[in-house]
Amino acid sequence: METILVLAHTETNGSLAAPAREALHTAATLHKSLAGSKLVVGLIGDHVQAAANSIAAGPATKYFGVTGADFNQARYATDAAAAEAICKAAQATVVVAPATSRWARVLPGVAQRLGGRADTHVTGVAVADGKIFVSRWYYRQRMEGALTRIPRPWFLGIDPGSQPPCECGAGTAAVEMVPVELTEAARRTTVAGIREPKADAQTIRPDAQLLFVTGAGWTKKQADGQTHVPEAEKLILDFLKQARASLGSSKSLVDLGGEGQAVLTFLSHLNQIGQTGATPRHAKGLSTCCHGEEPHTVGWRFIGERRAISLDPNCGWARGKADVLYVADAFAVIANVNKLLAAQNQPL
Amino acid sequence: MSTAYQIVVCGSIVPDPLQTLEPIASPAGPALKNEMMLPAVLDPWAGHALYEAAALAKSQPGSKVWLVSLGPKAKLQQVMMTIAQKVPFELVALDGSASGFTDATDTAAALAEAIAAIPGLDKSKLLVFGGWESASRGAGATMQMVGERLGILDQFQGVDRLTVNVDGSLEILERIEGGKHQVSKCAGAPALLGWATGNLPEPKNNPQVGMVNMRSVMPALQKARPVKFAGDGLAFASVALPKQLRETQVVKDKLPDDIAKEIVEWIKQ
Repeated sequence: METILVLAHTETNGSLAAPAREALHTAATLHKSLAGSKLVVGLIGDHVQAAANSIAAGPATKYFGVTGADFNQARYATDAAAAEAICKAAQATVVVAPATSRWARVLPGVAQRLGGRADTHVTGVAVADGKIFVSRWYYRQRMEGALTRIPRPWFLGIDPGSQPPCECGAGTAAVEMVPVELTEAARRTTVAGIREPKADAQTIRPDAQLLFVTGAGWTKKQADGQTHVPEAEKLILDFLKQARASLGSSKSLVDLGGEGQAVLTFLSHLNQIGQTGATPRHAKGLSTCCHGEEPHTVGWRFIGERRAISLDPNCGWARGKADVLYVADAFAVIANVNKLLAAQNQPL
Repeated sequence: MSTAYQIVVCGSIVPDPLQTLEPIASPAGPALKNEMMLPAVLDPWAGHALYEAAALAKSQPGSKVWLVSLGPKAKLQQVMMTIAQKVPFELVALDGSASGFTDATDTAAALAEAIAAIPGLDKSKLLVFGGWESASRGAGATMQMVGERLGILDQFQGVDRLTVNVDGSLEILERIEGGKHQVSKCAGAPALLGWATGNLPEPKNNPQVGMVNMRSVMPALQKARPVKFAGDGLAFASVALPKQLRETQVVKDKLPDDIAKEIVEWIKQ
């Protein structure tokens, strides 16, 4: 009989973020499919009562908490100690957690500590013949595998955005507090803060509907034999602002920066998608001036509707990968798109 | 104050990203078709970790870099011919599978054992580096398990920058959600850092560095300990390439203005 533990951390305001609710949905589905299983929740943060209350009408039968200022910061030593204590208190055999940066840092280590196993970037969970099967991608999203394991506890890190969130109603939850004794060694690291670009310079927006992918073509010589990098920068930034899109970049474009070549100044490795970058999840994606072979296009493996603008009708980013390919000059098209969006976004 | 670090980089090999990969079933579980024939490269994020380690060692006199690498001996030798020309390091080789389908737990056990066996290792000076994920398994799990086995409680993942402060403490920038970085301060070694891209370009080949490295690389490859993975309790039900192929509608001969209108309508839907 499995004891399924949903492990979540609260946000700085004490709430539960969407990825935590997605993990809860996954665990609830698993619980429903596994006869005789138990579903419990473990929460870590400065305070956890409000978060527990926000999901109290859900299917979990018990709530565990580790609280205190030490557990408010995303730090390996304290997060691992808290997760370990909750797993032991809950006698968890399957641990379902959102693969946030905070849990991704910690959970495999906790699995090691408890003699268990960890599978991360899980995109699907199913039950067949009483066994749990998880789906995840291998070789940078180029092939998908389904696997099962015997050793327990089994830690599953659920990729944010891959599951629907749990629509658990609110109520009042009785949270059993789990004591955690911290040694001084656990406090050798302190979180000094978060560094982020200014609001108007932030080009990565995970919640955006649209991913705008820029390729190396933006920095190449155009029809007049000249490069137009400043113009490209303005067009792209205007588009991001008007469409409220998130910006992704093909590997080649980001790498040019490391090689000291002319590049779009606002791009960093954080924008990189594809082979050695991110594979973000957005409802729509528009790629511009991208080229390259199939392996590069894993950058939009998890994009719903895809369109591309390229002068190359045989572009690897588009053929068989995009729904619509516009064979056109992206400079001209995006300039027109920006004008139309600006007009539509004008207050009446 | 300058600290002499012992920097151990964990880094394996992966198929060249431009190769077409096809999964097959083998008696030992899933594998890649013609796996031993595929050209290999050093795992990209592990590569960044190696270059950052070399830069740190250069800036901290008395520091030394080891590269602990697990892979088929012949493939390791092939990749080392290139990597050894980049930065100075001493190789610790393990002869075993570098497949993405092996278990992170098994890999971590082998790596941790190899690190612990490095002669003269001083934990108070130890920095363990690696990629935050591999381009094969892509789990982002192995390094944490290595750290746990070595008793390292200060661990960081998705690292883009490490700064050694004057007092010997470490300032570390880790990638978090939404294009942001978390800034942490750590009292000092021992620590484990899983690197993302870092800030350094790939170093140019330096034949002199290559000659020095190869004096230790070849003996290390010759005495590489064979590693067999049990994969206890792990069973794959399937491994397959994604089947969805989109019917791409190719729009030619349309004016930019008309395309723009169509795109705006689509965005607003």
